[in-house]
Amino acid sequence: MEKFDVIVIGAGLFGTFTAFFLRRRGLNVAVVDRGFVGAQSSGANFGNLRLQGRAALQYPLSLQAQLFWERFDAEIGETCEYDQTGHLYLARTQKGLEKLLGYAEASRCNGLSVEIIDRADLKRRFPFLSPDVAAASYSARCAVANPRLSTPAVARAFLRNGGQLFEGQQVSEFVPNGGSFSLRTTEGRRFTATKVVNAGGGWAGSLAKTFGEEVPMFSAGPPQFVTEPLPYMLRPIVQAVEGDVIVRQIARGNIIFAGYPRTRSQADGEHTYVPPQKIVQGMASLASVVPSFANAEVIRAWSGVEGYLPDMLPVVGPSQAVPGLFHAFGGSGGGFQIAPAVGDCLAAVVADEQPACDLHPYRIDRFNVQLETSEKITTEFD
Amino acid sequence: MNALFGTRYAARVRDRETVEDAILAQSNYRPLTTIWGVYDKRLEVFAGDRLSNIPFQHLLLCTGATDRILPVAGWTLPGVYTLGGAQVALKKHGTFIGRKIVFAGSSPLLYLAAAQYLRLGARDLVIVDSTSLFEKIKAAPAMARWSAGTLFEGLRLLQELQRAGVRIIFGADLLEIQGSTKVEHITFRRRGHPVETVACDAVAIGHGLRPETQLAELAGAQFEFDAEHGQWFPATDMDGRASEDLWVAGDAARTVGAIGAKVSGALAALSVLREMGITLLPENRVKSMRGQLRRWRKFQHAMARAFIPPVAAAAEAPDTMILCRCERVIAAEIRQAVAQAAGPAEINRVKAITRCGMGRCQGRYCGFALQSLLSSLTNKGAGNVGRLRAQAPVRPIPLVAADSGSNDGKI
Repeated sequence: MEKFDVIVIGAGLFGTFTAFFLRRRGLNVAVVDRGFVGAQSSGANFGNLRLQGRAALQYPLSLQAQLFWERFDAEIGETCEYDQTGHLYLARTQKGLEKLLGYAEASRCNGLSVEIIDRADLKRRFPFLSPDVAAASYSARCAVANPRLSTPAVARAFLRNGGQLFEGQQVSEFVPNGGSFSLRTTEGRRFTATKVVNAGGGWAGSLAKTFGEEVPMFSAGPPQFVTEPLPYMLRPIVQAVEGDVIVRQIARGNIIFAGYPRTRSQADGEHTYVPPQKIVQGMASLASVVPSFANAEVIRAWSGVEGYLPDMLPVVGPSQAVPGLFHAFGGSGGGFQIAPAVGDCLAAVVADEQPACDLHPYRIDRFNVQLETSEKITTEFD
Repeated sequence: MNALFGTRYAARVRDRETVEDAILAQSNYRPLTTIWGVYDKRLEVFAGDRLSNIPFQHLLLCTGATDRILPVAGWTLPGVYTLGGAQVALKKHGTFIGRKIVFAGSSPLLYLAAAQYLRLGARDLVIVDSTSLFEKIKAAPAMARWSAGTLFEGLRLLQELQRAGVRIIFGADLLEIQGSTKVEHITFRRRGHPVETVACDAVAIGHGLRPETQLAELAGAQFEFDAEHGQWFPATDMDGRASEDLWVAGDAARTVGAIGAKVSGALAALSVLREMGITLLPENRVKSMRGQLRRWRKFQHAMARAFIPPVAAAAEAPDTMILCRCERVIAAEIRQAVAQAAGPAEINRVKAITRCGMGRCQGRYCGFALQSLLSSLTNKGAGNVGRLRAQAPVRPIPLVAADSGSNDGKI
């Protein structure tokens, strides 16, 4: 029987960052994962550290997180291939343009500097874009990181600071036990902890449900693909405001694509299979936005099992049902960018400190009342 | 072709092609068509620069096998081929891969390819076989038990090569292929001997066959590890049936050799027909064919002991050796990734962290070496380090093949 102050269930980016910041606060912390560090959507997402176009509510968390990403290497002690590439939102239609201007306004209100670029300027500054692009908004502070490397790096920093990691351990029993919790895994390990953080990603909802905290979370993932390496020319992340094209090129030349509509995960919740039609659609959309990519060859397609909530905001904060239990899940397609702030703020709450950002918008019981559904739920999914 | 391979070979090819043509004439035959994905009972195809799909009820995959490769230092130098590639150069293009050729590895193809080169006039040939003569002799009785004829054919090849003065080195690991801009010589070591060098201008390497199973996987096949062959095959019944609507036949299902592949194809076809309510052959005939196929599998298992890939040597590859040539990942990167804290131990996680097997070929060339290296680094059996998952598109497809066409509402 191993005893910890806090056990974090789930070694995704939310879980490892929470553990990392808890350990920094001097607590005795273990992370338990049924699989491997960063193996699910934390490692399979697009790696977008996008600030413009986020929900207005989320800016405090987003901006706090970006500050961390900007010094990730120094804080974590190894690289996540952070690159401040800037981010271009494109509009091709009148409707798109209105959406883009609305995003820009929201960004500016939250202190993010955004530049609107008209067609003539686009042709001069980003000549590779299709003439179909009418206008764009450019945010220089947006960046990318390599999702495959980020989570293991945070986990290692946590381990170096004295944390413990248990991979391949599925929690099968989880019992509140007079001010602490007893946990047992299917592999026969037993733990006790004063507090538990549920950061089980696409699978966190079922754990919350066992304590009567049912959330309307569903799993889905966007189709993503990568091409062979081509000469590097696409510096910023380019994203159509409708979401059908999100593309970046990494310095070694590969072009990475993601695009909506997203696909629901399989009923078992274990996989999201990408329908080939969506790959083909994505290929056509990409070639229409960046015509010179037409002859690039797609070498691999994938998706991930990402947890989505109807208001496209995560759940971060204490359980309302079980004292000592905390939740951090449901990144809703934007979890990668906010993860450092989610980890820091939740760690503060777990350690009975005041979090740097107000976590009220992310409370788990917000679904008990009629909640406004994000327009993204209708436009960005099948 | 007559002049190159003799009248018997030409007659055999002609007979086979006549039968094939007759079958194809009655089929919806689509040559030059790449299947890049399988989803929801449809084949995604790329042909004539266009993408389209073909719906199916039953799918029988005969995707064959390719050479199984174990990279060695210098394997990316010009002049290095697979054994299959060396045969293609000869049969399809009527050319040798070099003037002084080394055939190296652990495969019956070493002898077949060398003999084909010899018959066409190549004289400067060396075979470096990683399995010792002692092991081969030990394996012979079991091979004879399941197919004495095939064993005899092999011995005849060996005799032909030896009579022509081809140097055959048994029990030797190929260590390095060296040269400044192309292959100039190789080094090898017989167990317990010092390192030896052979000058050459071309090398053909191979360690048996690996099945092409990406489409079977996308179509829903499960996989099982075959310890004797050291690799994963689709899990099927004796008729090649992998699921309700999927069959796999030939070397894609399991290494069985030419005759075995033919039997497995017939069994799979008969099974598909039975599924459709058509019984062509009585059960006892089908049973006897299954027996035949079983014997060919047993022969291949026996033969695997006469051609043992040097996986231990592969695990000791020098740090600087390029393991994955698509992504230029060297052996040291794998070792470092696995050794670090929270490092990956499962093969798909190693791929995610190091990019090994992530490129154009999706691990077709480096997969076996990565499995061997990982098995050694983690002290787990080769069957316990995971299996590289396939992802669509199983062959690269250009963006231009997807036609957009819609211009709705653009301003």
